[in-house]
Amino acid sequence: MKLTRKEFLLTAAATLAGIAGTKTLSTVKAAADDSTGASTPRWAMAIDFQKCRWDQGCNQCVQSCNEAHNIPDVPQKSHEVKWIWKEQYKSVFPQQSQWIDPALTSHPLMLLCNHCGTPPCTRVCPTGATWKRDDGIVMMDWHRCIGCRYCMAACPYDSRSFDFADPRPDIVNINPAFPTRTKGVVEKCNFCEERLGKGQRPACVEGCREHALIFGDLNDPASQIRSVLRSRYAMQRNQELGTGPAVFYLL
Amino acid sequence: MRERVLIGTGLALFLALFTYPVWWAAASGTRAAAPQLQLPQHASACVAPASFMRASHMQLLSSWRNDAVRRGVHKFRSPDGRVYDVSLSGTCLGQCHSKAEFCDRCHAYSGVSTPSCWQCHNDPQLAARSIQ
Amino acid sequence: MIEKALTGSKRYWYWVSLLLVCVATGAVMYMRQLSYGLGVTGMSREVSWGLYIGQFTFFVGVAASAVMVVIPYYLHNAKQFARVAIIGELLAVSSIIMCMLFILVDLGQPERVLNVLLFPAPHSVMFWDMVSLSGYLLLNAVIAYNTLNAEQRGLPSPSWLKPVVYLSIPWAISIHTVTAFLYSGLAARPLWMTAVMAPRFLASAFAAGPALLILLIVILQKSAGYDPGEEVIGKLATIVTYAASVSTFLVLVEIFTGLYSGMPHDREALTYQYGTLHGLWGMTAWMWFSSLLMIGALFVLYIPSLRKSRVALITACGAVFVSLWMEKGLALIVGGFQPSPVGVLTAYRPTCTEWAIALGIWSLGALMLTMFLKVTVTIRAAVQ
Repeated sequence: MKLTRKEFLLTAAATLAGIAGTKTLSTVKAAADDSTGASTPRWAMAIDFQKCRWDQGCNQCVQSCNEAHNIPDVPQKSHEVKWIWKEQYKSVFPQQSQWIDPALTSHPLMLLCNHCGTPPCTRVCPTGATWKRDDGIVMMDWHRCIGCRYCMAACPYDSRSFDFADPRPDIVNINPAFPTRTKGVVEKCNFCEERLGKGQRPACVEGCREHALIFGDLNDPASQIRSVLRSRYAMQRNQELGTGPAVFYLL
Repeated sequence: MRERVLIGTGLALFLALFTYPVWWAAASGTRAAAPQLQLPQHASACVAPASFMRASHMQLLSSWRNDAVRRGVHKFRSPDGRVYDVSLSGTCLGQCHSKAEFCDRCHAYSGVSTPSCWQCHNDPQLAARSIQ
Repeated sequence: MIEKALTGSKRYWYWVSLLLVCVATGAVMYMRQLSYGLGVTGMSREVSWGLYIGQFTFFVGVAASAVMVVIPYYLHNAKQFARVAIIGELLAVSSIIMCMLFILVDLGQPERVLNVLLFPAPHSVMFWDMVSLSGYLLLNAVIAYNTLNAEQRGLPSPSWLKPVVYLSIPWAISIHTVTAFLYSGLAARPLWMTAVMAPRFLASAFAAGPALLILLIVILQKSAGYDPGEEVIGKLATIVTYAASVSTFLVLVEIFTGLYSGMPHDREALTYQYGTLHGLWGMTAWMWFSSLLMIGALFVLYIPSLRKSRVALITACGAVFVSLWMEKGLALIVGGFQPSPVGVLTAYRPTCTEWAIALGIWSLGALMLTMFLKVTVTIRAAVQ
C-alpha cells in the first residue's frame, strides 16, 4: 500500500472530524451527572465545607491528584508543584466574615485552579500554550509553553506552579498513563480532562471518601452541582476581579 | 598554469579520500548491518503503513499531540479503518513497541538524537520495572 | 565601519578584555542554568519574576530615553544635541539587545522562544512588547548606521532617514508604554494594576536614561577626547531634573492612593515595600536607600550652582540612575508578588548565578556600546 504523507494526513483529517463529533457526544453523555442536554458542558466543582474532613487529617483528594498526575514532591518549598493544596480559610477568604461557625472555618480549605470563565492567565499567554476549552477547562499545552511565567503573574489564585528543575527525580511512583513534565514549563490542575474524556470523574472527586466534592455541568439544570448551588450559599474566590471562577465553596 | 594542475589534482585527491567510505562500500557491495529492531509480537499492522511510519512518524505523533492536547480528540482512525487511542505511552509503547528495543535502537542507528518526547512521556516497561 | 572598533589604545583593549571576561563568566553560569533549570535562581513559586525581568524593564526605559536627545535635535533643531543624538541611538540599540537577552535568560524553555512567532497571540501584551521592541531595535539600528555611514563619506544623511527618525519618536514612547501594560493589565497584582504605571515608567526612563547619557559624555570627554559641548550637558541635566521630579511625584501619588484608600491588598503591597508587614522588613532597606538617593540627587539638581558643578552633577546623575535601577530594576517587580494572592510573603534574593548571568548581559551591552561609540568617535574625528 503506497501512501504519501499528504494523502495520509488528508484521510486522517477526514476521519477525525467524524470521530471528534461522536466522541464529544459520548463524553457529554458519559461524564455529566445527567445527560439531558446535548450542548457543550461547563465543568465546575463545589467543595462542601461541612463534609470535608481535613480537620481530621484527611488528605485523600490531594493524594489522588498527585498520584494520577505525577506531581513531584519537591523538597524545596519555594519550588513546590501543586495542583491541589490546602490553605487556611482566612487567607483564602480574607474579606469574608470572620464570625462564621469556627467548626467550618478553622480547618484548611482545598484550593485548585478555578477554571475561570474569563481566565486572566490565558489572556496573557504569548504562545497559546494555555487556553480555555469550550467546556470551560483551562488547559495547558506543555509542548508549547516557553516558561515565561506571565500566566503565573496574571493568576489571582496562585494556582500555577513552575518546574524549576526536572521534576522526575522527585516523583515517588510514576504513573505511566500520564506524562510527567519537563523542567521550565508551567503546570496546574487540568480538571482531569484526561479522565473526563474517558467518562470518568476527576481523581480528587473519586478520591474523596466523604463526597465533599461535587463535580458537574453548570449548563445542565438537572445536574447535582446546579441543585446544590441552588440550595446552598456558595462562595467564590476573588469574584470581584471578574474572572468567573468555576470552583465554589459551600458553607 | 602549473598551479592549476596542482590545485586540481589536490582537490580531486581530497574529494576521493573524503568520499572513500561511500564509493568503497558501493564498489565492494558491503552494506552496513541493519539495526536489530524488536518488532511487535501481537500486532500485525501499525497505525499507518510501515513505509509511511518510517519516514513520517514524527509528523503523525505531532498531529496526534495536537489532536489529544489541543483539540480534545482522543481517537484515531487509521487509513484502513481501525480505531486507536491517541497515546504514545498507551498505544505505541503500551500495545506494540519497546522504547529501548525499537525507538531508541533505530534512533541510535541513524544517529538521530533522542527526541524530547521522553522528557515527559513515560516508558511503561521502565515504569513497570521501577514498581517491582 | 566595524573595523574601527578593532584598533585602539591599550586602555581600550584592557576595558574590552575585562568586559569579555564578564561576558564569558555570564555565559558559563547560563550554561549551568540551562542544564539545571531556573531553580539556580532565587525565584520561587510565589515570586516568579525577579532580577531578569526587572532589568529587562529598566533597560527598556534606557532604550526609550533616546527620544530625549532625538526630539530636541530633530524636532526642535537644537544644534547642541548634534553630537549626542547618535549616542542616544546607539545606547538604545545596545539596551534593546540587553532587554531581549534578559527575556531569553528568564525563559524556562529558551529553545522554544520562536513559539512566540509561530503561534502569535495578539491578546497577549507580551506579543506586542516583542513587536514594539524589535521594531525599535530595527529603527535605531537603521538610523544610527545610515547617519554614520553618510558622515564617513562626507555626505548629508539620506533624506529618507528623516521620516524614519520621526517614526522612532512615538515608537520609543510605545515600547515603554507597552512594557508598562505588561504589568498594569494584571488584576491579580494590585501594586502593578495602576493607570499611572505607563507615565511613571516614561518619567523614570527619561530621568535614568539622560543621567546615563551625561555620565557617558563625561567618560567620552576624558577617554576619547569627544566633546559634545558643555551646553548639551546643561540641557540634559535640566531634562533629568524635570523627569526625576515627575517620576518622584508619580511615586508619591501611588503611595497616597494605596495607603489612604485603605484597600487591603494595595496597602499591604506598599507596606511591604516601605515599612513592615506582619513584622517583616521586606524590602524596606532597599527601597529607602533608593529613595534617599533620589532625594539627595533632587537636592543637588534643584540648586543651580550645585548642578553646574561637574562633580556634584556626576554624583547626582549616578544617584538618579542607581536609585531608579534599584526601584524599577528589581523592587517594583518583586514587590508585585508581595503578598501573594493567598497572603504569603516570600523573600527573594538573587543568587550568585543570577547576578553573574545579569553581569554577563550588562557587560555584553557595555561591550556593544563601547564598540559602537569607538566607531562613532573615530569617524567623527576623521571628518573634522
